[in-house]
Amino acid sequence: MTPISIAFLPLTDSAVLVAAREKGFAADAGLDLTLVRSTSWATVRDRLVYGQVQGAHMLAPLAVAVTLGLSQQPAPLVAPFRLNLNGNALTLSAEFTAALDPVLANRIDDPVATAYDFASAIGMHRRKPVVGVVHRFSTHALMLRYWLGFAGIDPDRDLVLRVLPPSLMVEALRAGEIDGFMAGEPWSSVAVSEGLGQIAAFGSRLWRRGVEKVLATRTDWAEANPGTLDALLVALDQSAAWCDAPQNHEPLAAMLADPAYVDRPAELILPALSGRLALGLGEVPVSDPDFLMLHREAVGAPSPDHGLWIYSQFVRWGIVEASDVAKAAAAAVFRTDLYQRALVDAPLAGPVEGFFDDREFAPARIADYLRGFHPGAE
Amino acid sequence: MRIAIVDDSGLRATILKEGLAEAGYTDIEVVAPHGGFVARLERMAPDIVLMDLGDPSRDSLEEMLTVSRALARPIAMFVDRSDDAMIGAAIDAGVSAYVVDGLRKERVKPILELAIRRFNAFNALRVERDDAITALADRKTLEKAKAILMQSRGLSEPDAHALLRSTAMNQSRRIVEVAEALITAHTLLDPPKGTGR
Repeated sequence: MTPISIAFLPLTDSAVLVAAREKGFAADAGLDLTLVRSTSWATVRDRLVYGQVQGAHMLAPLAVAVTLGLSQQPAPLVAPFRLNLNGNALTLSAEFTAALDPVLANRIDDPVATAYDFASAIGMHRRKPVVGVVHRFSTHALMLRYWLGFAGIDPDRDLVLRVLPPSLMVEALRAGEIDGFMAGEPWSSVAVSEGLGQIAAFGSRLWRRGVEKVLATRTDWAEANPGTLDALLVALDQSAAWCDAPQNHEPLAAMLADPAYVDRPAELILPALSGRLALGLGEVPVSDPDFLMLHREAVGAPSPDHGLWIYSQFVRWGIVEASDVAKAAAAAVFRTDLYQRALVDAPLAGPVEGFFDDREFAPARIADYLRGFHPGAE
Repeated sequence: MRIAIVDDSGLRATILKEGLAEAGYTDIEVVAPHGGFVARLERMAPDIVLMDLGDPSRDSLEEMLTVSRALARPIAMFVDRSDDAMIGAAIDAGVSAYVVDGLRKERVKPILELAIRRFNAFNALRVERDDAITALADRKTLEKAKAILMQSRGLSEPDAHALLRSTAMNQSRRIVEVAEALITAHTLLDPPKGTGR
């Protein structure tokens, strides 16, 4: 057995890693997999960069940022596998949601209307709204910006985006320090179950095939350990298929509820897995089968286009200056070749598409794509 | 040299602060990672921030370091990226440090080494305390099992203890496991008064 350690954050979308260990997919591939529970993305990054772990459950934009040297501890990383698509939700306090459509399901179904309602609610609110995000370099933060930007809101001027660890979001909402948050599950379900807020948007309705967490490794480790990496991807692909099957959602939720993993009740983990989430306390759950995607439609397959979209948004918001070097480096994080080497016949990812505003992303014409956005960095 | 300790555990912060004070560093503030702690840190303008690697607020702190205009850009560090032994020691001890860019390595290194030693001392204390708590719980379990045997079988205390011990040896189990099993069985067979029918 080859020992391998992977750092993760206690989130529902760590499912594929957890099941790879607990259901024996890693052991079948000859790997003695240790999962290292961490409480911040900074610590996941440090453990990966300094070689305490060989792999990490990582926000896709963070893998790009670490590679581009935008984060502390720069290091070249690769993402040879995607652990999931989608899985985030925007939860707002009762006070703030009073300005939105009174029928909760309508807010989810019509992100365009909800964006405009959100925009008009800003001026009526007693303060500049404070919205929690888990990390600057996260898909949900980029999509929150994209969605607000659609309604003419400048997220850097019209509201405050505050970075908070997911485990503290619910407390911050209770204390009134924030007016809402966008984060992965189970945190929205936890907030709803405690009557602290209502879900006003699903990430899966803002970007229907949103790149979310990836398996990240250091580039030099991936190059030096091809056999181990191949075995790991085989194990993760099998695990993802198991996790995706509806009959396994309940055992998977029970597995994740363990204190060693997510450490929250299974009934608050199950909604994201089954795609049936209550938007408010006592509300009948609404259904979105795409809420969290773990295997079907080539979820695992990385494509350079994923890196290019993330790069485009970094440029849009002034996080990085446009350059061919940065563009190429961002694209190179997502390694289709490593994925294909391990999973020879597995399907490849489709194009980057499915944004709620129907805007088309053209990887070959990023400058033109960005000119269509207002607001955004000039 | 102004040092900020971001810490939720009063004990760890005290252990670290005392060590730094003994070494002659006196400009030290302890900040709990709650509410507006990031704004407080920004006003303090520390040269070095020391923080537990396991603290979930590290991402909030790094966001502040990214966007802050008030602070000279501090960087996350393990002093020297080429010093693998020191990096390993810092991560193992759970020390993360942020240092204002430009501060000389020789000035920072002793502080970080001290922090590593003090974090390790705290970790050792915590293990000892956990062991002590476990030992106390085990002793209580054992006492309870012996009382059951003494009452239901009329044994003396030494005989009850000997019976538990020989049963444990025969079954290759820990004596406290046998005691727990006995207590469970006893509760099932003979529910405490007031809780049964």
